[in-house]
Amino acid sequence: MQNSKLGLDFTKVAHAKDVARKIADDVQKFVEQYSTVAVERTLCRLLGIDGVDANTVPLPNVLVDEIKDKGVLGEGILFFLGNAIVETGMNPQQIAEKVAVGELDITTLPVHPTDKIKAALKPLVDASIKRISDRRAKKENYLNTIGEGPKPYLYVIVATGNIYEDVVQAQAAARQGADVIAVIRTTGQSLLDYVPYGATTEGFGGTFATQENFRIMRKALDEVGEEVGRYIRLCNYCSGLCMPEIAAMGALEGLDVMLNDALYGILFRDINMQRTLVDQFMSRVINGFAGVIINTGEDNYLTTADAVEQAHTVLASDLINEQLALIAGLKEEQMGLGHAFEMDPSLENGFLLELSQAQMTREIFPKATLKYMPPTKFMTGNIFRGHIQDALFNMIGIWTSQGIQLLGMPTEAIHTPFMSDRYLSIENAKYIFGNMKNIGDEVEFKKDGIIQNRAKEVLNNAIALLENIEREGLFTALEKGIFGDVKRPKNGGKGLDGVAAKGANYYNPFIELMLNNN
Amino acid sequence: MSGGLYSTEKNDFDQTLDLKKIKPYGDTMNDGKTQLSFTLPVPAGDEAIEAAKQLLKKMGFENPQVVFHKELTEGYTFFNCYGSCTHTVDFTSIHVPKVEGTKWDMHETDEFIRENIGRPLIVVGASTGTDAHTVGIDAIMNMKGFAGHYGLERYDMIEAHNLGSQVPNEEFIAKAIELKADALLVSQTVTQKDVHIKNMIELVEMLEAEGLRDKVILACGGPRISHELAKELGYDAGFGMNTYADDVASFVAQEFVRRKNK
Repeated sequence: MQNSKLGLDFTKVAHAKDVARKIADDVQKFVEQYSTVAVERTLCRLLGIDGVDANTVPLPNVLVDEIKDKGVLGEGILFFLGNAIVETGMNPQQIAEKVAVGELDITTLPVHPTDKIKAALKPLVDASIKRISDRRAKKENYLNTIGEGPKPYLYVIVATGNIYEDVVQAQAAARQGADVIAVIRTTGQSLLDYVPYGATTEGFGGTFATQENFRIMRKALDEVGEEVGRYIRLCNYCSGLCMPEIAAMGALEGLDVMLNDALYGILFRDINMQRTLVDQFMSRVINGFAGVIINTGEDNYLTTADAVEQAHTVLASDLINEQLALIAGLKEEQMGLGHAFEMDPSLENGFLLELSQAQMTREIFPKATLKYMPPTKFMTGNIFRGHIQDALFNMIGIWTSQGIQLLGMPTEAIHTPFMSDRYLSIENAKYIFGNMKNIGDEVEFKKDGIIQNRAKEVLNNAIALLENIEREGLFTALEKGIFGDVKRPKNGGKGLDGVAAKGANYYNPFIELMLNNN
Repeated sequence: MSGGLYSTEKNDFDQTLDLKKIKPYGDTMNDGKTQLSFTLPVPAGDEAIEAAKQLLKKMGFENPQVVFHKELTEGYTFFNCYGSCTHTVDFTSIHVPKVEGTKWDMHETDEFIRENIGRPLIVVGASTGTDAHTVGIDAIMNMKGFAGHYGLERYDMIEAHNLGSQVPNEEFIAKAIELKADALLVSQTVTQKDVHIKNMIELVEMLEAEGLRDKVILACGGPRISHELAKELGYDAGFGMNTYADDVASFVAQEFVRRKNK
């Protein structure tokens, strides 16, 4: 039996996970019957199709729009691509280029036998799987040779809009002690139904996620990692309408951490729930196989809802995210389940409640690489108090052995971080992580005191919420606004027209290959 | 540390407060003491410190002191500095445009609307354009409100519709027409490269083109928004830092009655 500092009843925890599993299984039954334009474009990318047409439309979009417009999206792009390979002898890239200039219609070619189509695809699929495995091996080799920083990993963001300027900022942050660099995406990218192409130097509040930008930053971090003798992880955002495509690009280019929440897009971006739930599965299968740590977005509940009243929503979402991730083949160590330090600083004993919840999250997900988010909602522009808020947050991070500490910046709510803001934040975290290193081993909590009781209360409320969701089913629960007070219709939101029921010819060998080899 | 904990400098400046010539206050009237921090794109060293001091002098600081410096990465040095500001400002001649009206609490505003309008005001809000941040519009509109100030959804006499984030201006206007909005609230958080300005101007132009601009009360808000900026862009009011639902609700109610009585 696991020992709890909080006096948690682990039979209740097991029950909560059991309920969450039933919710996730119910979702998965739906997921397996459908595909989306994003999933199909992902398969194009995995087969090496890249580049854009004369109107700068990415070739994966050209191909998938072609079959969608002809009403055969549900048959899946691999069926048509494989058939076209057998018929024409061209490779997928050549086929895509021909389709883009209107010289080939892959939907009207004579249909070849299924075994021939699968045989034509097999070497391409195998090569893609090998490329991702090799990329993963390269990362593991770095971890085995130059090593990595201790946990909690120090995570900072860069957000200049220009990938080359981001490189300067990222390398500086790595030299100052950062372990994870997240390149914030330009505002609005989550709602683009395509992934832009090439290196980019213009963005608002962040930098476009493109495969070339991934490559540029990964190379820069490999260089600086060798210099400082520590592997530096790269993080981006596998969310929005291109969830699985970004996962594929990240897997091919060696990203290490991806924001990848099952519910975030539905609740906070009004993306259609069917679309997101189908997309999240494919994206997580790829992330699992590529050895990527996913980060979930529970902190976002608390930027709008109250952190004391809604703490159980965070836990319930973590539990659902965990079960959906397990179905997609992610190991527990790959799960950066999210939570946040977002209570009002004027709250008496707020630190105790935050400490309790962070410890609770640690105990309920003992192997997870938990992602702990800093204060944002109550950062006011008073940089001096802000620096102290971040210090309290860092104390809880080291105390409760968090996995990834997203460093708060004293200038949160003012601007995207300056180079000096990052320095001050890293200094703050390193000071506290060193000075309080073993406090978690030394200090126990008073029986039935404020800290223990808070954790029990949050767990009980989370179980009640999960049971409610299970009764309704996740789709209905989302429609009724049971989750996070946001109501989303099953047939509303963005991206629904990109969802199709799988047809008789549907073929996607990657899922099985990736699930069986992680 | 150097620098000295106690200043032995003789204070040979006039220490009386003159509102026509104010300057920063450290611990003595008119000492002009100011703290600054910045990064210069040069390696650390005596030359870097001297460069920082010269820069402070050019900014108008006497007795510039670099109290801390650190090379952040090769070729970039961070400074914490102090200096005595030589410039002054005439406080008596300052005029800042402000949102007109009295700020009431929720009950006062509800009562005012009940007595003077007799029906709930319909308020539609959104974080528009590509802006994905809902924190601002939620703080104003959500039932719970922010920092103890109830949001518009809790008002009896306000029918609040929060459309969330990344709402295109076309959609925002269509929804305003559908809901028969009396007032529109636009929240803008991301301000990089003035993306918020372009977006806010576009909305005004589209409202004018639809002939709707005079039919609705149009207000905007966000951490970098001021009432002055809002007026410049053709809005009726702007709400910046440290303003809450009460500010917005009392303005909307009073402005509605002002227009009705015109």
